Amino acid sequence: MTREDCEWVAEICATRVGLRVDPEKSYFIESRLAPVTRRENFPSIEDLITFVRRTNDDRMGWAIIEAMAANESSFFRDRTPFECFKNEILPALIHARGHSPLRVWSAGCGTGQEIYSLAMIVDDAFAMLPPGVQIQLFGSDLSDRAMEKAQSGYYNHFEVQRGLPIRQLVRNFQRSDDMWVLRAHIREMVRWRRLNLVQDQTAPGGFDVIFCRNVICNMTPGARQRTLEGLAHALSADGFLFLGDGESPQTLSGAFHAVADRPGLYARNPAFRLAA
Amino acid sequence: MKTCLVVDDSRVIRKVARRILEDIGFDIAEASDGVEALAWCRSAMPEAILLDWNMPVMNGIEFLRHLRMEPGGEKPTVVFCTVETDIEKIQEALDAGASEYIMKPFDSDIITRKFIEAELV
Repeated sequence: MTREDCEWVAEICATRVGLRVDPEKSYFIESRLAPVTRRENFPSIEDLITFVRRTNDDRMGWAIIEAMAANESSFFRDRTPFECFKNEILPALIHARGHSPLRVWSAGCGTGQEIYSLAMIVDDAFAMLPPGVQIQLFGSDLSDRAMEKAQSGYYNHFEVQRGLPIRQLVRNFQRSDDMWVLRAHIREMVRWRRLNLVQDQTAPGGFDVIFCRNVICNMTPGARQRTLEGLAHALSADGFLFLGDGESPQTLSGAFHAVADRPGLYARNPAFRLAA
Repeated sequence: MKTCLVVDDSRVIRKVARRILEDIGFDIAEASDGVEALAWCRSAMPEAILLDWNMPVMNGIEFLRHLRMEPGGEKPTVVFCTVETDIEKIQEALDAGASEYIMKPFDSDIITRKFIEAELV
């Protein structure tokens, strides 16, 4: 790939979805675009990029962005946030909400492992909850391809062995040829929406918990700021935000405060008001 | 340092597993079937056992059932590592006392994560 092609890829990713791509890392860009090139029957990555630059083809341009934005995902990634959600946040919010619906959003859910991990926790918790408790789970991502896979609930041999305890696999999955598919009762707990966190101003609000882990670390500073503002808007006044390792809402620090001894967990500052 | 007994009739699998488990801090012992593994456990009970299912002489599930009847045999954390992928087989292994279950083929990430899941790391 030429330097100019790499810079063009970095620019469309930054402009359209706020994704930070280093144009110096041509090997990384090539590794992401090679599968798109093969899938779409272009002779080379250069041909793919030339085509999109010449025709402004939206579908192909989006395929490039989706490939660059794809993030590694696994069930119960890093474990601790899920244990905190299960043992502390969920019981506290259920108690606080009573019979009002409790809403949980995985923002940037990728191929679904995060929101389904939460669904499995909620499903386990239901057995011990009083009747009438409502918990709504939402997953959103900017990638149609990722969302399609997430909604299918199909995962391969390797995906179900990364982070998923074997008892959860037995309880919540079925074999389907050489794949594993989530049982319908878990799939049906989640509602889905394609959403570009940076540009889409129509994100629903009133969430009690938002997981947005390993998303803003890959964004440009401006996109990170807009995303954090969107999350602050979407989170209820006493809600909680989970960020990934090494991520913090420092550019919007007034909106959230870190929960002591819970790395990655932030509580919404009820007094914070976003500028109109 | 914790000891993990790797029980598999394939020398290649034992070698690969040894390398991965040594990297995450285990001392490794090896056995090529259930009888050999049981003899090893009677002399020195390991903290962990990575256990194949299909082996000559005594298979993995028979070994596990024998192990759990041995003095101190309830202590080792057992992680199956096998080509058997039917849910019924997995359930049978869990019912017999396995803590985790790896479906072959595996890589170092899977073994490491499963050992974390089984609270061995």
